[in-house]
Amino acid sequence: MLEWFMHIMLKLQDVCINILPIALVIIGFQCLVIRKALVYPKKIFVGFIFVLVGIVFFLEGLELALFPLGSLMAFQLTTPEFLGVTAKLPIIIWQDYYWVYLFAASLGFATALAEPTLLAIAIKVEHTSGGVIRAWGFRISVAIGVAIGLALGTFRIVTGIDLYIFIFLGYIIVIIQTLFAPKLIIALAYDSGTITTSMVTVPLVTSLGMGLAEAVPGRTPLIDGFGLIAFASLYPIITVLAYAQIAHWLGKRSHLSNT
Amino acid sequence: MINKRFIKQLVSSFLDLAPIIVVVLIFQVLVIGKSIADVDRLLLGLFFVVLGLCLFIQGLELSLLPLGEAMAYDFAKKGNLFWLLAFAFCLGFSAAIAEPALVSIADKAAINASIKHVIEPTEIASARYALGLRLTVAISVGLAILIGVLRIIKGWPVYYPIFCAYFGIALITPFAPQYIIGIAYDSGGIATSTITVPIVTALGVGLASAIKGRNPITDGFGLVVFASLMPIIFVMLYGIAYA
Repeated sequence: MLEWFMHIMLKLQDVCINILPIALVIIGFQCLVIRKALVYPKKIFVGFIFVLVGIVFFLEGLELALFPLGSLMAFQLTTPEFLGVTAKLPIIIWQDYYWVYLFAASLGFATALAEPTLLAIAIKVEHTSGGVIRAWGFRISVAIGVAIGLALGTFRIVTGIDLYIFIFLGYIIVIIQTLFAPKLIIALAYDSGTITTSMVTVPLVTSLGMGLAEAVPGRTPLIDGFGLIAFASLYPIITVLAYAQIAHWLGKRSHLSNT
Repeated sequence: MINKRFIKQLVSSFLDLAPIIVVVLIFQVLVIGKSIADVDRLLLGLFFVVLGLCLFIQGLELSLLPLGEAMAYDFAKKGNLFWLLAFAFCLGFSAAIAEPALVSIADKAAINASIKHVIEPTEIASARYALGLRLTVAISVGLAILIGVLRIIKGWPVYYPIFCAYFGIALITPFAPQYIIGIAYDSGGIATSTITVPIVTALGVGLASAIKGRNPITDGFGLVVFASLMPIIFVMLYGIAYA
């Protein structure tokens, strides 16, 4: 018990040091540059305490649950008996790992659909686009983008193809799409991917990648294991821009046929 | 009163986690068909995650978020470009330093570097490397927010800086050491997570609403994605500098 208490206190100290700069920036600029007194100093102080304690609990839970869960899933979905092969062969047949891709895709789809920040933004988009872009369509296209991104990312880890090939390909598609996309959606489409990779998704997905790279013969976790987050924040841009393009086009066509 | 809000937040934090639990459970039961070992540890951990998220988000909503939003508005009204840009840089820098996920990833990168014999295999060298990496990411996020704010003020299209970043990444990748590329590409997404996203979005949307002729939707967004691209370039440069 005492040991656990010491461990928590040490963690709290680390978190305090990490949070200190942002507290100094906000309060410093408020008092020295804007020269306004803090409006509710007591409320703000309580808020900071909440943030500190919240991060400590979160990090503790991360190590107890989210990190182990990701590597456990990666491990269980790649054992030879699960794959139905007799032993770990030196040659990898990427088709054998289809459950891994499916798991990564479902995970990406579900977390993106449930992300609260995305929900708020989707409602805003539907409102400003005058209903041409639907909130549901926007959310589903983000979710599909994250699912495709994670499935491709796990495929890359299994096959060991260089990361930048997929990323550069994505960049080229985004650039081409941007040239044709409706102006209104561009900024939001860009941000949607990064917004979806939140505090819960990042650790789980990272440990999934590491675990996968450890389990697949011939891959090194610390080199091949990274990259999933990059996939998950790039590919939603493509699907959202595609959705906006289609919605825009359909809207125009129905408008034409009405007149 | 506080209790009612607290419970509401607790429920919504649990809902954040629910899709993950559902997907994992479906795969465990239907596909793998094995029981999970150490269930009580996992449950305790999940409870900590929910509790931690709940406290953290409530704390943000009480302190950092309303403050940041009000300050973005005040700065825009004040019209002093120098202080606004200084604020943008400091905010991006300190938010990235505070990001919890970045800490654990930086430690993993340090292990990576020590395996590859880039740094000495001592604990001090690893700690220095990890801190250097976090500072690199933080500086690049700060710079990205600064450029993004400048873009909103000048009214440049959102894709100018982003295409430049894409180009920069493509240019530097061939020269970066192999072991850093994966970490670099991920570092941007990791640095722009729970603290950075709401604060930076509030800054962008607040600024775009306060400045005449800017639309909060088309101009206010786009800061976050740029803040997730800049670290890729800077972390690769950090890797080259260390090699």
